[in-house]
Amino acid sequence: MIIDILSWSCLLGGGLLGVVGGIGIHRFPDFYSRQHATGITDTLCAMLILLGLGLQAGMSFATFKLALIFMFLFLTSPTASHALANAAMHGGLKPKLDSATGKDES
Amino acid sequence: MKAFSYGVFLFVFWLLLSGHFEPLLLGLGLTSVVLTIFLAKRMNVIDHESYPVHLSSQFPAFFVYISREIVSANIDVAKRIMKFRCKSISPQLIEIPVPQKTDMGRVIYANAITLTPGTVSVELTKDKIIVHALTREAADDLSAGSMAKAIPDQVVEK
Repeated sequence: MIIDILSWSCLLGGGLLGVVGGIGIHRFPDFYSRQHATGITDTLCAMLILLGLGLQAGMSFATFKLALIFMFLFLTSPTASHALANAAMHGGLKPKLDSATGKDES
Repeated sequence: MKAFSYGVFLFVFWLLLSGHFEPLLLGLGLTSVVLTIFLAKRMNVIDHESYPVHLSSQFPAFFVYISREIVSANIDVAKRIMKFRCKSISPQLIEIPVPQKTDMGRVIYANAITLTPGTVSVELTKDKIIVHALTREAADDLSAGSMAKAIPDQVVEK
């Protein structure tokens, strides 16, 4: 019962964060800031959903496989984000920066 | 020695993934592990980068640290997304120094920066990382350099 409550709050929290990340992708002005919104779905959203599923599965081989998915996400998602941002920068896409700082955009 | 511990690791991994304990399948699993070790040894890829056991003592503390950072950064960015009334972001492009001595440490640092929402490492060179930050606060936090101290970084003697 307690495990059910915990796992469902994890699943719902993860789902909610996924929706928030989706809203963020539409709200933010340019490519680079949109990447921060996808960062939410990459990290805490995925972690919470995997944790919720793991609590549902209990101590089993399925839980171990979920832990593996978590580990590989943990290692690969930042690499993929970095590759995207790096490619965009090399492709000449200028980020929209906050004008109040006085820094130039070069 | 390293190859042996790698083999034990692979076999436990195989057991947990397959969940079979019949003698025939165990034998087949063991054979594939031995073949993998043989090939990896011949290709000379069991080194400190592909199999970083020397960092394992520092890893748990780093994991706890990065998990906490991820949760707090997530909450911050989610709040900024849901702030509909006013302009909530101030994107920055900053350059931060990389104090790590090893390649492994540098890569872990860059990935840790990307892993926390609100900061993405755009370019990594030998002594600096160019970071795109969503807000000025995130940029300032990163420039303060508290994250750099938590990164596992250990020079391996050859």
